[in-house]
Amino acid sequence: VGCGAVGSLFAANLSLLADVEVWAFDLNELHVAAINRGGLRLSGAGDVLGHPRATSDGAALPACDFGIVATKAMHTDPAITATAHAFADGFVATVQNGLGNEETIVGHVERVIRGTTFPAGKLLEPGHVQWDVQGDTTFGPYDERVPLDEVERLADACTRAGMPANAVDDARGPQWRKVIFNASTNPIGALTGLTHGRVCERPDLRALVTGLVDEGKAVAAAQGIELDADPEELIDHAAKPEVAYDHKASMLQDVEARRQTEVDYLNGGIVRFGQEHGVPTPLNAAIQALVKGVEASWTQN
Amino acid sequence: VTKVVVAGAGSIGSLLAAHLAQVAEVTVLTRREEHAAALREQGLRVSGRGDFTAQLDATTDPAALPDAELAILACKGTDLEPLAARLEGTLRHAAVMTIQNGLGAEEIVAGHGEWPLLSSVTFMSGTRHGDAHIEYVLDTATWIGPYRGTTEEDARRVAELVEAGGLKAEAFADLRPAQWSKLIFNATVNGVAALTSLPHDFHFAETEKPSDLGILVRDLVDEGKAVAAAAGVELHDDPWAMNVLATERGHRHFPSMLEDVDARRPTELESINGALVREAWRLGIDVPLQVAVYRLVKAREASYSE
Repeated sequence: VGCGAVGSLFAANLSLLADVEVWAFDLNELHVAAINRGGLRLSGAGDVLGHPRATSDGAALPACDFGIVATKAMHTDPAITATAHAFADGFVATVQNGLGNEETIVGHVERVIRGTTFPAGKLLEPGHVQWDVQGDTTFGPYDERVPLDEVERLADACTRAGMPANAVDDARGPQWRKVIFNASTNPIGALTGLTHGRVCERPDLRALVTGLVDEGKAVAAAQGIELDADPEELIDHAAKPEVAYDHKASMLQDVEARRQTEVDYLNGGIVRFGQEHGVPTPLNAAIQALVKGVEASWTQN
Repeated sequence: VTKVVVAGAGSIGSLLAAHLAQVAEVTVLTRREEHAAALREQGLRVSGRGDFTAQLDATTDPAALPDAELAILACKGTDLEPLAARLEGTLRHAAVMTIQNGLGAEEIVAGHGEWPLLSSVTFMSGTRHGDAHIEYVLDTATWIGPYRGTTEEDARRVAELVEAGGLKAEAFADLRPAQWSKLIFNATVNGVAALTSLPHDFHFAETEKPSDLGILVRDLVDEGKAVAAAAGVELHDDPWAMNVLATERGHRHFPSMLEDVDARRPTELESINGALVREAWRLGIDVPLQVAVYRLVKAREASYSE
């Protein structure tokens, strides 16, 4: 559900398995037509030609055992609304960025699986995705309606397809680690125009990043979430020249292209969960308001 | 007739020079010779809220300035230090008035001469249409107060001269309450505008949703108020009310810091946001949001080289 870059990585790889039938749902009709005509090609970190069946019509989907939602966070609701009927007896996993996607999906389907994924790529042309980086995916039940062995069945299929995944009881740790990382660095790049490395080498700006990280950690701790790694270490690791020093955060790319950002689901998500658990998050709220202001400037000027 | 020097002819300097030339002998000090030549040859046209062309003298040479009674340094804050240095040893009988945004302009000028000094802040605005044409946009007042070797009476005489020229002005015994009101207003509004690319419009007063920009603006203003209180300054105007009023006028003003960032020029960040943050730190007041805005705009300036 949502066959952009990340959705295509799952769809193309899973379609190679003999025991799995894959359907791709996406509103990009050119992409859908290209997939149905010549297959879905991945190149880069892996070269794959998969043959999922693709459609822009949610009603055309058959009943499925599993759904994987991979849209941008702001499109979750319409995407799951259009496809929920296919998962009436199945399970729906999200591998999206940000917070709140599970809550949106569970309003439409019974059984939801929380997921966090690190592979990345970009759509080069209809039917063709560049696979930039490989990476792991972690799945866990959203609530008690989902037995762990069903989560394991999904993780096993992904792993066999070349998308390593594991199933855990509580997948909030990796999710919050990734959200805190993104919320503390992406908008800083977007607001200043600096690459990840240049954000981190300015001590005053790096201190602002730490302020954002600390708020996110406090909100996670208040919910009893144990992060699976310290976002601070990941931020410093990514700032190394051989890792992602020159990387322009996706939110900076969004702002430069005047595309709506995912700030409401990153910093906005931290603020919302903070309010629910009585943890103040003034810096994340300020950053969210500034990025929303940037978005508003595109329609005003 | 009073002789007045206006040093720097951007928007504010041009508005002052043209209007004062109606009631005084005005010489404008510019950086570029073609700017001075244009003013000498064509005069300075005022449109918008005024409609006249002022005759005045102009030069790029500080040594050629007349023996004026009043000199107004109307350059941008980032240009004040070199301007004051160029004026060393000149204008021996003049009172010198600063009009820059932020804090610290008077101290910079004081380091370059023994002139009696006046402080001022201005709320008027204009748009330059070339070297010899200024559009008078917002006709809000300029506030003037004594600083070094001057009295409220001196401030009042200058205010009267500015008023006689057709602008709005008011004298104060102590300018700091007004200066701090504007400092907090500018640090907040200019910083947020520079980061979001939004002109100062209705978004800055929206406070309905938690992520509305007005909530951040109000929180930034509250931090500034806490610094003013710790500095012993009782604000002349509530910066939040100034913000709401300005957005209600319906004119979408582009703060200079936004124009500077768009044009990838150095901004007045240090004398505005930097000054406020340093005062907060000196007084031990926690201002995390003002610090964030200050650091983000500073980094934005650093990104010009990307």
